[in-house]
Amino acid sequence: MQGYHDLGGAAAGPVPKEEHELQLWEKRVEALLVMLTRRKILRVDENRRGLESLGGEVYHSLNYAERRILAISNNLILKGVISVEALAAKMAEIGERKDPLP
Amino acid sequence: MNATANAATSSAPAYIAGERVLVRQVDSPGHIRTPHYIRGKTGTIERFVGFFKNPEELAYGRSGQPVRALYRVRFVQSQVWPDYAGAAGDTLDIDLYEHWLRPEASR
Repeated sequence: MQGYHDLGGAAAGPVPKEEHELQLWEKRVEALLVMLTRRKILRVDENRRGLESLGGEVYHSLNYAERRILAISNNLILKGVISVEALAAKMAEIGERKDPLP
Repeated sequence: MNATANAATSSAPAYIAGERVLVRQVDSPGHIRTPHYIRGKTGTIERFVGFFKNPEELAYGRSGQPVRALYRVRFVQSQVWPDYAGAAGDTLDIDLYEHWLRPEASR
């Protein structure tokens, strides 16, 4: 059983080497993860496990920051840090903003 | 993780530099740090890195105790990849936990 995230040795073709600029929200995802680990709310190992629990289809359809924030959200719900209801309400509120990001 | 602090609570590492080890060929559920492609391959202990909390346990919110010995293990690329096209002497180092290793002789 080889995990869908465990890609070492897979035929993936040449590595794209062009730089791409991170969007502000993508940097915020990393900042959030650093804050959560430093405050010992979430371990990096737990987040890796979260990424490995998204399912291959979801995992490969999302970019790096998207799959990370999804794993963080699932873990925070699992650990009781946030509720599904509160998260959904906040997402709906932000979605109604004229300029959701940043 | 503080390797020095953890070492005080653990026994001595089972392997020393230069020993030949076999990576366990195990298909296991859970959070595994040992890459799939290296399982079943044989390498050489390059160094003992330290004792660390077990990430397979930490991943599920548990303590990670008892700590596990971590080694840097060196593999010959041409023995890892059957169609390896690089130089014959190329090697690959991977950090692996002791519970994923067996003495080569046990093969």
